[in-house]
Amino acid sequence: MTPATAAPATLQIRDVVKDFGGGSVAVNHVSLDIHKGEIFALLGSSGCGKTTLLRMLAGFEIPTQGSILLDGQDLAGLPPYLRPINMMFQSYALFPHLTVWDNIAFGLKRDGMPKERIAERVEAMLKLVQLPKYAKRKPHQLSGGQQQRVALARSLAKRPQLMLLDEPLGALDKKLREETQIELVNIIHEVGVTCVMVTHDQEEAMTMATRIAVMSEGKILQVGAPAEIYETPATRFVADFIGNVNMMEGTVAVDEPDMVEIDCGYCRHRVGHGITGTVGMEVSVALRPEKIRLSRTKPEGQVNQVQGTVRDRSYFGSFTVYNLELAGGRRLKVSESNVERHREDAPAEGQVAWATWPDTAQVVLTQ
Amino acid sequence: MSRPLVASFFDRMHAHPFFRKHSRKAVIFVPYVWLLVFFLLPFFIILKISVSEMEVATFLPLLKYRDGIVSLALNVSHYLFIFEDELYSATYLASLKYAAVTTFWCLFIGYPFAYFMARAKATIQPALLMLVMLPFWTSFLLRVYAWKGLLMESGWVSELLIAVHADDLLLHLGLITAPGKFMYTPFSLVLGMVYTYLPFMVLPLYATLSKMDLRLLEAAADLGATPWVGFWKITVPLSKAGIIAGSMLVFIPCIGEYVIPELLGGPSTMMIGRVLWDEFFSNNDWPMASSVAVVVILLIIVPLALFNKYQAEATEARA
Amino acid sequence: MSVRNLLLGSGATRAFARGWLVAGFVFLYLPIVALVIYSFNASLMPVVWGGFSLRWYGELAHDQELLQGLWLSLRIAFYSASGSVVLGTLAAFTLVKYRRFLGRTIFTGMVNAPLVMPEVIIGLSLLLMLVMMQRWLGFPERGLLTIWMGHLLLGLSYATVVVQARLQDLNPELEEAATDLGARPIQVFVLVTLPLILNSLVSAFLLTFTLSLDDVVLSAFLSGPGATTMPLVIFSRARLGMRPDINAAATIIIGVVSVGVVAGSLFIFRAERRRAAEMAAAQRA
Repeated sequence: MTPATAAPATLQIRDVVKDFGGGSVAVNHVSLDIHKGEIFALLGSSGCGKTTLLRMLAGFEIPTQGSILLDGQDLAGLPPYLRPINMMFQSYALFPHLTVWDNIAFGLKRDGMPKERIAERVEAMLKLVQLPKYAKRKPHQLSGGQQQRVALARSLAKRPQLMLLDEPLGALDKKLREETQIELVNIIHEVGVTCVMVTHDQEEAMTMATRIAVMSEGKILQVGAPAEIYETPATRFVADFIGNVNMMEGTVAVDEPDMVEIDCGYCRHRVGHGITGTVGMEVSVALRPEKIRLSRTKPEGQVNQVQGTVRDRSYFGSFTVYNLELAGGRRLKVSESNVERHREDAPAEGQVAWATWPDTAQVVLTQ
Repeated sequence: MSRPLVASFFDRMHAHPFFRKHSRKAVIFVPYVWLLVFFLLPFFIILKISVSEMEVATFLPLLKYRDGIVSLALNVSHYLFIFEDELYSATYLASLKYAAVTTFWCLFIGYPFAYFMARAKATIQPALLMLVMLPFWTSFLLRVYAWKGLLMESGWVSELLIAVHADDLLLHLGLITAPGKFMYTPFSLVLGMVYTYLPFMVLPLYATLSKMDLRLLEAAADLGATPWVGFWKITVPLSKAGIIAGSMLVFIPCIGEYVIPELLGGPSTMMIGRVLWDEFFSNNDWPMASSVAVVVILLIIVPLALFNKYQAEATEARA
Repeated sequence: MSVRNLLLGSGATRAFARGWLVAGFVFLYLPIVALVIYSFNASLMPVVWGGFSLRWYGELAHDQELLQGLWLSLRIAFYSASGSVVLGTLAAFTLVKYRRFLGRTIFTGMVNAPLVMPEVIIGLSLLLMLVMMQRWLGFPERGLLTIWMGHLLLGLSYATVVVQARLQDLNPELEEAATDLGARPIQVFVLVTLPLILNSLVSAFLLTFTLSLDDVVLSAFLSGPGATTMPLVIFSRARLGMRPDINAAATIIIGVVSVGVVAGSLFIFRAERRRAAEMAAAQRA
């Protein structure tokens, strides 16, 4: 799903800086446009500034510089309780002394909505998250998954223009997380609310988000759809952060409009697309392990292949990861999916094998 | 409708720049000023009074204006008296000694007590904790008073001590002056203080010991430490904060204790709290009482700073 | 089992542990038990058992001095506990929520110091200040008001410690969630914070109430003519020796407090256990 670039951005973040003092800047000149109906993920490791950015959207932190506009309205000076933005907290933050019903009704009551309409809305929300039978329970009488759904219902109840999700599935165990991801996305799409979520889990970001912004040290490194971020990372950091990658350093040897060759010394790359660069330029080649094939015999041709010794082999069920030692002690990670039950010619530990890859597999990083 | 009206009132109130700017200050301001006026300021006042002359229940001003000359009349005679008079210095030393001995016995009894409590079955721990807290809630004055009955002649404890000939030992140690007489001796005084302050030692120790990660001891045992070594090398160092907090909670108030020496100590055991009391209530000598108080404050200022540091650390660590 | 062996070692050590705990509790409860038993002693002689009697309880009903002291003490305790909880909550809020402000160290010190500061010092210094204040302002007269101020000073510290502990355990996201859902700061406090810390406010109130009801030293310094609290009455009698009527009064006080504390603890303990069971059931489902 590609963002509707023609539609005006619902949320505009303009050159926002947050400096807590004491040296490092938490959020460093961030600008983002987020469109209506999007699920936008801020992805990064802890301390990268993603949570600070989210808290500035909610109004819990005030930007040192820059502005945040929601549907054209500047949010500066608007306290959290007056913003048409609601947040689903990492700990869910369900009020332990209130029932599920009262938790969901909490925001509606603050708006002074008439009683009958509150009841209607709460019932609708409970139905949406499939918990109508649990209205009278207290939060501690619910399982983790149920608590998460109540938190979702509570933050959707006021029909916010923007919903913020702070590590929405962080508190759930792995198996439950996968089920919940899809359910959560379905509900968000059903309601049609624009979402900004924060996560450190790349899988979570990939499966849920329409677009991802990768953050590090307060800066946005790349913004794009999940496939775009994975297949064409813009920097070494992004390539390294999202999934596994083999990095090879080399220089451009041949530079044609539709093809380049890169010499890494121990292997020569032929890449099936042009790059903005010149012969002799130093570049990095990023190669994902699952795009490499292994064979016991030398493949045809001279490019996009390298010989190595299998140092270890880890079996993961659906795929197997090989760790190849190349000339000069370099390592190459190869991931082969196990399409056959017992592959006869699979290289064993200590054996010599050839790795090959198509000329569409590499990403050339010039920075 | 009243709701929107109330909401709009809150809106306006909170949107008002004065409120948004000053609500935080108001929260800090009230207890802060209260403490400054009723806790800190009085110390400066006794400091001032301690160096004033007293003239028939009124003090002469420190600054005098006479014949065009401003003179500062600092009267340090009370302090000189405290340091020169042997009775005072002996009393200060005795107070420190009794407080230290009390702290030692509280730690000696209280540490194993708190340790065994913290390592008892999880199901009975709340009950044990409640049993320690209960005397803490019930009247301290009455519990001290009760010891009078237990220690006086033919009292239960007195009979017991005589039966096991503990009075010979106490007499030998100079803690009592005559066989079979336990009241109004250093023994009864320290017993009363240990009894009163024991819960103050046990509670912080229990708090640190019960929070300790027991896997550390398993790790130590796995690395070859015997339970005894594990206790001394792991448990005790990790409960340092509790030991210091508990010891200060006992030591500092003991120095200035008044009720216990008055009820159990008798005339032979002078403690500084009683001296201060007598200067004030019997002799009506306010400058002298103030000087005594200032010297007590000087004595406890270091332990007090220590206590503050650990108290702050303990509360920060919880956050 | 292995962990417990590691901690308490052999059977002999375990027996020693049990013995130490039992001895400790005997030490803590012996005086209380003795007080209660001798309150039923018919004899005027303090330690000579003269048969069972309720005579001293009957005399208490006519002891005007003690009854008046009790009434005064209860009033002061109520006022000082109320004030302590209000100021203590503000102070606890300050310490937990506002990490940085001018003079935080002094503030922390002033909150903690009365916990250990000898009461004679607090009493004397506060009294001398109030005397000076009265000279300049003609106010306050020594009596209920001045005793209240002293007890409030002490109670403030204890209440702060109790409320602070609870506030620190409180998930800050709860208050943020309330704000996020449209609650104004005062509504956040009334609708979310207050219900969640209510237990600690009740504990703080009861603790400062009993502290005030028990205080001798501060009351002695700060009381005026005609304002004799119950502990002052008891103390002046106890100085002179054992008196069975004090035993009777003590038994009543200790009985009331113990029943209250035990009932309260049982209530909290039960509620916690029920909650744990419900949580376990929810996770299983």
